[in-house]
Amino acid sequence: MTTLFYLAGAIAILSTCAVIVQTNIVHALLYLILSLLSVAVVFYTLGAPFAAVLEAIVYAGAIMVLFLFVIMMLNMGQHTRQQERGWLTARVFIAPAIMAALLLAQLLNVMSQVDYELGLTRVGVLEVSALLFGPYVLAVELASILLLAGLVSAYHLAKK
Amino acid sequence: MALEIGSGLTIGLILGVVIVVAAMLIWVERRLLSFWQERLGPNRVGPFGLLQVVADMIKIFTKEDWVPPFADRLSFVIAPAIIMIVILLSFAVIPFAPNIGVVDSNIGVLFVLAMASLGAYSVMLGGLSSDNKYALLGSLRAAAQMVSYEVFMGISLLGVVALSGSFNLRTIVEAQEGMWFVIPQFVGFVIFLIAGVAESHRLPFDIPEAEQEICAGYHTEYSGMKFGMFFVGEYLGLVLVSSLITVLFFGGWMGPAFLPPIIWFAAKAGVFIAFFILLRAAIPRPRYDQLMSYGWLFLLPLSLLNLLITGVVILST
Repeated sequence: MTTLFYLAGAIAILSTCAVIVQTNIVHALLYLILSLLSVAVVFYTLGAPFAAVLEAIVYAGAIMVLFLFVIMMLNMGQHTRQQERGWLTARVFIAPAIMAALLLAQLLNVMSQVDYELGLTRVGVLEVSALLFGPYVLAVELASILLLAGLVSAYHLAKK
Repeated sequence: MALEIGSGLTIGLILGVVIVVAAMLIWVERRLLSFWQERLGPNRVGPFGLLQVVADMIKIFTKEDWVPPFADRLSFVIAPAIIMIVILLSFAVIPFAPNIGVVDSNIGVLFVLAMASLGAYSVMLGGLSSDNKYALLGSLRAAAQMVSYEVFMGISLLGVVALSGSFNLRTIVEAQEGMWFVIPQFVGFVIFLIAGVAESHRLPFDIPEAEQEICAGYHTEYSGMKFGMFFVGEYLGLVLVSSLITVLFFGGWMGPAFLPPIIWFAAKAGVFIAFFILLRAAIPRPRYDQLMSYGWLFLLPLSLLNLLITGVVILST
């Protein structure tokens, strides 16, 4: 399980880096799907099979399909690749790299104080549902109102 | 030599049998279609034309495997592999008999849904990377169709999950000891059947590859074994949907004891495979916008209502 965890984590990091430096937009999207799927494996190894499979269904399965759908509609050709290549100079990476390094330092600082063992707990479907409809019911309802608002506005825009 | 869940022998047998059945279905479908259309079908090669599949396979393996120079090579090559991989992976959670299966997973139903949603990439990438207007039209249709029907497919299953109280397909089969779920969940069964046809994009819902309108849709540019993988993938999908219907609504391997469980499973799944072929012979293809509005305006409210009523009944008893 530990090997699988580190392997999936490494794939997630590498494929996410590939998303950033890839100039072909379809390939970048494929790497993003790969990254999401390996995060799903990470969730699974941490003892959260429900979160893992939802990650695969919702992010890798549904949201990324819509991304690919939009790319298909826009029909971007060779010229976007050249444009991308023009944007990807070493200079653009400086500011984000500093910010990411700060975030990483914070994260390592926090993580070093937590003693967490792999495969310690197993959070199944029942536990997640009991929490969602117990203490977090307000958050679930608020999220559904947000989604409804998005749905209504999308309908309004499409009607125009 | 006993078969048990997850042993190497069982996994190998399942993989082999599933692929051979999917390939043989090419012949079965052509013979059955011609039977219903009052003609003979392929009956020349071997007894009853049984070796037709072998002849087709030899042809498809020795054909030139051509990648169009204008295609996006990476996505063009992986697209046909995706459909084979996700469908074969879905078979991992199917309980064929009490002692036959690959894994006994607590998230079986969700795993199948996840694999089905990943299957959409196969047709989308195939069409997009071909750089051909018919292929692109086909994959646009496929994307919208698969994403929409996935929703009702998931919701129609929730009634069964609520009744059995588990996402584990093996537990779902065992929960049907007294009564098959097709009786309390008949609406869910019908919606799942329709969504299953749409997900495996077979006629009457083969709009992504409607040959009269858009050549062959998303696989217009494919040839040789890459086309063969799309082709066999479609039949694998058919076997998968039939097995799922058997497991979820018709008691899986259960049946009177004079036949072994696996035979009952195969017989039930076989009936649904034949039914899907009959659907192809009997129903014309709807228009694309009809398919979408039928899904969102009719199937979605119906499946939600079904879920609501199931919930009310479970809570009140």
